[in-house]
Amino acid sequence: MSMDFIDLTIQRAIEGLNKKEFSSTELTKYYLTRIKKFDDKIHAFLTICEDTSLKQAKQADDQIAKGINKPLLGIPMAIKDLFSTKDIRTTAGSKIIDNYIPPYNATAVKRLIESGAVIIGKTNQDAWGHGSSGENTDTIPARNPYDLDRVPGGSSSGSAAAVSSNMCLAATGTDTGSSIRLPAAYCNLVGIKPTYGRVSRFGIIAMASSFDSIGHITKTVHDCALIYEITAGRDSYDATTPDIPVPKYTSTLGKNIKGLKIGLPKEYFNAEGFDPKVKAITLTAIKKIEELGAHIQEISLPHTDYAMACYYILVPSEISSNLARFDGIRYGHERKTFGDEAKRRIMLGTHTLSSGYYGAYYLKASKVRTLIKKDFEDAFKNVDVIIGPSSPIPPFKIGEKTDNPVQMYLMDIFTCPVNIAGIPAINVPCGFTDGLPAGLQIIGPQFKEERLFEVAYAYEQKTEWYKQKPKL
Amino acid sequence: MDDEFEPIIGLEIHVELKTKSKMFCGCNADYFGHEPNTHCCPVCLGLPGALPVPNRKAVEWCVMLGLALNCEIPELSKFDRKNYYYPDLPKGYQISQYDKPFCINGYLEVKLDSNINKKKIRIRRVHMEEDTGKLLHATVDDPTSPSGLRGVEEKCTLIDFNRSGVPLVEIVTEPDIKSSEEARTFLKKLYQIIRYLGISDADMEKGSMRLEPNISVREVQNSEFKVQNNNLPPYKVEVKNINSFNFAKKAIDYEIDRQIELLKKGEIPKQETRGWNEKKGITYSQRSKEEAHDYRYFPEPDIPPVRWTENQKSKIKNQIGELPDKKLKRFMGDYGLSAYDANILTDTKEIADYYEKAVELGMKKKNITPKKIANWIINKKADIAKIAPEELISAVNIQLQKPTISDEEVEVAVKKVISQNSKAVSDYKSGKTNVIMYLVGMTMRTLKGQADPEKVKKLIMELLS
Amino acid sequence: MGKSKTVLSTAEVRHIAKLANLELTDKELARLQKQLSDTVDFISKIDELDIKNIEPTSQTTGLENVFREDTVRESLSQQKALANAKSQYKGFFKVKAIFEEE
Repeated sequence: MSMDFIDLTIQRAIEGLNKKEFSSTELTKYYLTRIKKFDDKIHAFLTICEDTSLKQAKQADDQIAKGINKPLLGIPMAIKDLFSTKDIRTTAGSKIIDNYIPPYNATAVKRLIESGAVIIGKTNQDAWGHGSSGENTDTIPARNPYDLDRVPGGSSSGSAAAVSSNMCLAATGTDTGSSIRLPAAYCNLVGIKPTYGRVSRFGIIAMASSFDSIGHITKTVHDCALIYEITAGRDSYDATTPDIPVPKYTSTLGKNIKGLKIGLPKEYFNAEGFDPKVKAITLTAIKKIEELGAHIQEISLPHTDYAMACYYILVPSEISSNLARFDGIRYGHERKTFGDEAKRRIMLGTHTLSSGYYGAYYLKASKVRTLIKKDFEDAFKNVDVIIGPSSPIPPFKIGEKTDNPVQMYLMDIFTCPVNIAGIPAINVPCGFTDGLPAGLQIIGPQFKEERLFEVAYAYEQKTEWYKQKPKL
Repeated sequence: MDDEFEPIIGLEIHVELKTKSKMFCGCNADYFGHEPNTHCCPVCLGLPGALPVPNRKAVEWCVMLGLALNCEIPELSKFDRKNYYYPDLPKGYQISQYDKPFCINGYLEVKLDSNINKKKIRIRRVHMEEDTGKLLHATVDDPTSPSGLRGVEEKCTLIDFNRSGVPLVEIVTEPDIKSSEEARTFLKKLYQIIRYLGISDADMEKGSMRLEPNISVREVQNSEFKVQNNNLPPYKVEVKNINSFNFAKKAIDYEIDRQIELLKKGEIPKQETRGWNEKKGITYSQRSKEEAHDYRYFPEPDIPPVRWTENQKSKIKNQIGELPDKKLKRFMGDYGLSAYDANILTDTKEIADYYEKAVELGMKKKNITPKKIANWIINKKADIAKIAPEELISAVNIQLQKPTISDEEVEVAVKKVISQNSKAVSDYKSGKTNVIMYLVGMTMRTLKGQADPEKVKKLIMELLS
Repeated sequence: MGKSKTVLSTAEVRHIAKLANLELTDKELARLQKQLSDTVDFISKIDELDIKNIEPTSQTTGLENVFREDTVRESLSQQKALANAKSQYKGFFKVKAIFEEE
């Protein structure tokens, strides 16, 4: 039976597979064909796993036929190239390990494979996660499927571009400052940045160890919640994953959000440089949520102004240490093969940790981190979630990198404080400005992701932005 | 030595714990003598994405050692990253402890030369870290290497990461040690305690115990005022590559002399790291490691901090058991042993346990006193590795059943045998020394086997010399 | 960002590169000198805050006492351990000779 798979979500695909409307092999072939057709323009993928994915799809079909039940059985998805995939090249978007083949799977990958997912390929990204546009890849930058001259956002650029252009049903990502939320916003997708520690970091090439959050990008909130049920939870190989039970996130979707208290940080909405069109649709989206019965109030996150200084001390410091292992002895090429951005961050981080400067920088920034964390904790005493934009501006043109330093700064401000505090946030599509996607960022307290899914789902069902597709 | 100058010595000791698995991963920690790179995993190889999870037993043993060294165990402790580059360090940083180590402010009491006076050597800290891989300098003929040509040998360094990640405990003393002999005594005592606890083989030759003394020298008194000089010297020299307690003494002595000579000339010895060259008997400057390292310590983000409850600390303390000094006092008291004998019998836990088992068995037979057992083990040099305590007790028992023959009776018998066997005697005197066994045999027959054949032999040899 | 007030000297930048185990070309050094100086200027903003009595945050999970038991797990085979190495010899990783003073 021939079917147009272009509007499929994971939820619909699972239904279709179970009802034998189509097979995983058909699905996988479909996406592989789309990759062959469009990826030389979009550059979403760095490695395509044609043979292994078809094998996995066949295996999935056999299991479906036997009535075996697995949450993602036969669902083709892509893995960001920062995730170790056993026997499959893993490059982190970099040149220095462009030939590295890990002998093990990241725990998140292992859980997805055990759930029956079909791994269709490894996606493009800013090398090492260093960037928010995708342009810092050591290969060719990925493009935004909605406008091929524009960035898809980063660092999970390829993951967003792949899902958005229907080359797979979902893709994994990491978020250290904005790297899931931003590309999701720029590509009309849902992206979850989990509570730090909620999903195991084992096997994922470390950028900033106390910031890296392991998430994923999907078309819909339901798909996002489904994958989250699989990847979240304690891992004995990662000592920073708390032993907190993982709720069935999909089961509370559709919950009424009447009476929910939503905080809007005045430091975000009063900021200069917030593109007026983006601001307008953000406020429209918030109004819609209010119509669903939520109560909106203004809140303050008083230390917002210091978040970036804090971020640009702590993150490069950890980066400089995490990239020390790349010495070309056990894997990869020699250190001078690092790209410019990586070298810059390594140098900065080495300096901020160095003798004589540690107290002035790292220690101080760690204290500012306490203040920023407390800003959110205090805010959540009065509100249930915080809402803001995922980006102050629409996706910009490749190479443009906006000359406006205030706007570049704001881009970080809206998203990085969440990583500083270690709390979760989700991006849900909220409309278009001049044909370019925009996203709403919903932020919650630690380990309260179900609240984020509930609000995002309620808004999504009312607006159905996900039904829009790029014209490819 | 010199009366004008006194040495100021502090010791830095690394001890490899003999846990089954490594410090931060499940690889087998027993690396000695295995094929290279066969006990490795993503964690200890430093592969991208790997994360450390600390070994509970290793941490408990570190605390146990700290408690045995009379340390305080602070409530809160954490791991830190020590960042530097070296090919044997796969992550480009070592996970160690910086400002919140597991154990602080302890001491070890040692007996000085006189064996009567005791001295407390203060322990600044005892902390946990991980070992590095092993480097092997070699010359190989490897045509497959980028610069290699068939038949052409190139100098290279080979790396084996089997040792990478093995748990290491670091012990740092205050500079309380005043001589090489004191240092050696301290090390022997520390070694004994570590072996008693069973946490490491502490073998300096195999590398499971490593020593780096820090040595400086200062003037004893401020000339005319005869006031004791309490100022620490403005430098210290670290010495590496010492593989035994005896080498430690030699290296320290050499270094002290070298520094005194410099000071006498009016020079201040350079603050540096020097290596001990056993063959030449000298310390030499290690130029390659001369620059001060900037380790850029920061808290290890991948490992949550450790918080101890009093209950947990007590549990660990209870695992310690009786330490050597206490056991020595008890042996002297309970068994009426001399300090000398008690020292030998408590040297290792194995000997002490053996002795007490034998004493327990001996108590069931009236004549076998602890003192007798001590005598058998120490003077008769019973091989306790080969015979079980039960067999020892049997042997002692048998010997005691024999009626004792007086030395005079033995002498009478020996003289009789000598006089009755003149040919044998002349054979012996002309060089056929084996003949003595015949004479011993004859004597034993006369005495109906009730003498100590060794004593008989000795007496015959004396009389015939 | 504005003009940078704190400028890192070339010597300082070279020192940082050494600590970071990076070999930089003169061009890179010059570029990084400017970029680092700009950023250092920017991050000094935190000096405005009074944080004397604030405790630092190193981890946001609040976790403590996470361990693993002392059990042995299977290691990688020698072949797998060496698989990504540029240079190996009889089971060892191989690098250019490192001379430790003798």
